[in-house]
Amino acid sequence: MMKVIEGSHAVAHAVMCCRPDVISAYPITPQTHIVEHLSQLVADGKLNTEFLTVDSEFSALSSLVGASVVGARCYSSTTSQGLALMWEVLYNSSGLRLPLVMTVANRALGAPLNIWNDQQDSVGARDSGWIQLYAENVQEAVDMTPQAYKIAEDPDILLPVMVCMDGFILTHVYEPVYLLEQDKVDSYLPPYRPAVVLDTANPKTFGAFVDPSKFTEYRYMQWDAQIRAKQKIVDAALDFQKIFGRYYGGLIDTYHAEDAEIMIVTMGSVIGTIRDCIDSMRAEGIKVGLTKIRSYRPFPAEALQKALKDASVIAVIEKDTTVGNQSALLTDLKAALYNSKLRMPVLGFTAGLGGRDITVTDIRKMVEISSRAKDGVAESDYQFLDLKKELL
Amino acid sequence: MKLTIGAVVEPGSTMVTKTGAWRTFAPVVDHKKCIKCSLCEIYCPEACIHQVEGLFVPDLDYCKGCGICSHECPRKAITMILEEK
Repeated sequence: MMKVIEGSHAVAHAVMCCRPDVISAYPITPQTHIVEHLSQLVADGKLNTEFLTVDSEFSALSSLVGASVVGARCYSSTTSQGLALMWEVLYNSSGLRLPLVMTVANRALGAPLNIWNDQQDSVGARDSGWIQLYAENVQEAVDMTPQAYKIAEDPDILLPVMVCMDGFILTHVYEPVYLLEQDKVDSYLPPYRPAVVLDTANPKTFGAFVDPSKFTEYRYMQWDAQIRAKQKIVDAALDFQKIFGRYYGGLIDTYHAEDAEIMIVTMGSVIGTIRDCIDSMRAEGIKVGLTKIRSYRPFPAEALQKALKDASVIAVIEKDTTVGNQSALLTDLKAALYNSKLRMPVLGFTAGLGGRDITVTDIRKMVEISSRAKDGVAESDYQFLDLKKELL
Repeated sequence: MKLTIGAVVEPGSTMVTKTGAWRTFAPVVDHKKCIKCSLCEIYCPEACIHQVEGLFVPDLDYCKGCGICSHECPRKAITMILEEK
């Protein structure tokens, strides 16, 4: 059923259809309407779940760790400083191999205080062992939710998954969305049946103490599960397409990539703007294309090597920076290309921090800079695209 | 023993996981000086000093070498000796 609905409410509806046993919520700023709407659905008797209102974001994720080890399907959502407060539990839940699903409404991390969108929060958690999927629009965020459970709960994977959607731009927008049908979700997503649960009749120790003689092996198992998740993410998208008819690519997707000389690489909602830009620039004869990152962790190195091999120049645009180095996606991508022997220029552009809109003008400027690099004109290989130099 | 996903193990793993390896100093008890007051057993934060056949003996599988037993012993019967490894 298509409905004009707020992004957060659409995601809450998708969560409901996934039949979570436990939802934790710390609904204070920074938050979105996702858990607020879920609590409404519980109050209205539409959702039968244990709804935990806790005392902090740290407790929000910690309580899900406890619930997950007894075999519950768990959900929470968070954003910016809230995600930062969960930091220790991110690593613990991933190391414990608990298939939690959490929507991260991407927002800037203070200071300075700012509540608007960028992706610094989840990008900073890229090494925590959580799988990270990035949605382009509300529909994809909705559809990624059951896909996330499917991937997380796969007995071969067992890793938590973040579904990342741009704060405000996607969480607070009203747009037409196909809401998930319960019967289809039920046929797509079987109930969660963990092999081992915390049970007083059959006691086990979860997350036991591990000394130096075994710690490396546990970290390796986690690393290996992420690498193996690449195929599962592709499969989850294809299985979803069979039932729901919608598909957004597996690890990556491309747009006008076939003969693209200038290839833009990015993730998240800015892709909508970029698609429009590509349409108009293509009409002007500019050979520009897009490679969209759906899965940032695991990082789709092989898929990117294949998708980018014929480009003359690559322009990476992202809503984060690594203070003290270049931006995250940029450095990950360059690392993926180095040993593949692909040697086209790769330019990095940080933009859209703290809620600044990335405009058509910005994208065109980036393409012009990249076009000059293609023709051998050396420029800085990393820059803040929308920097207001007059304010400095 | 193969490792399990998420380090899920049978309870009581502390009994099989020996944690004494990071010790630098080991307690050595002079049983002639010991008056069997049991303060070492009471103060040991690892609870790894026990009476064996009437004598107070540190369990070196778990002793971290903190030296609290030596410090608390009223008769100075416990000496901390550097262990060469």
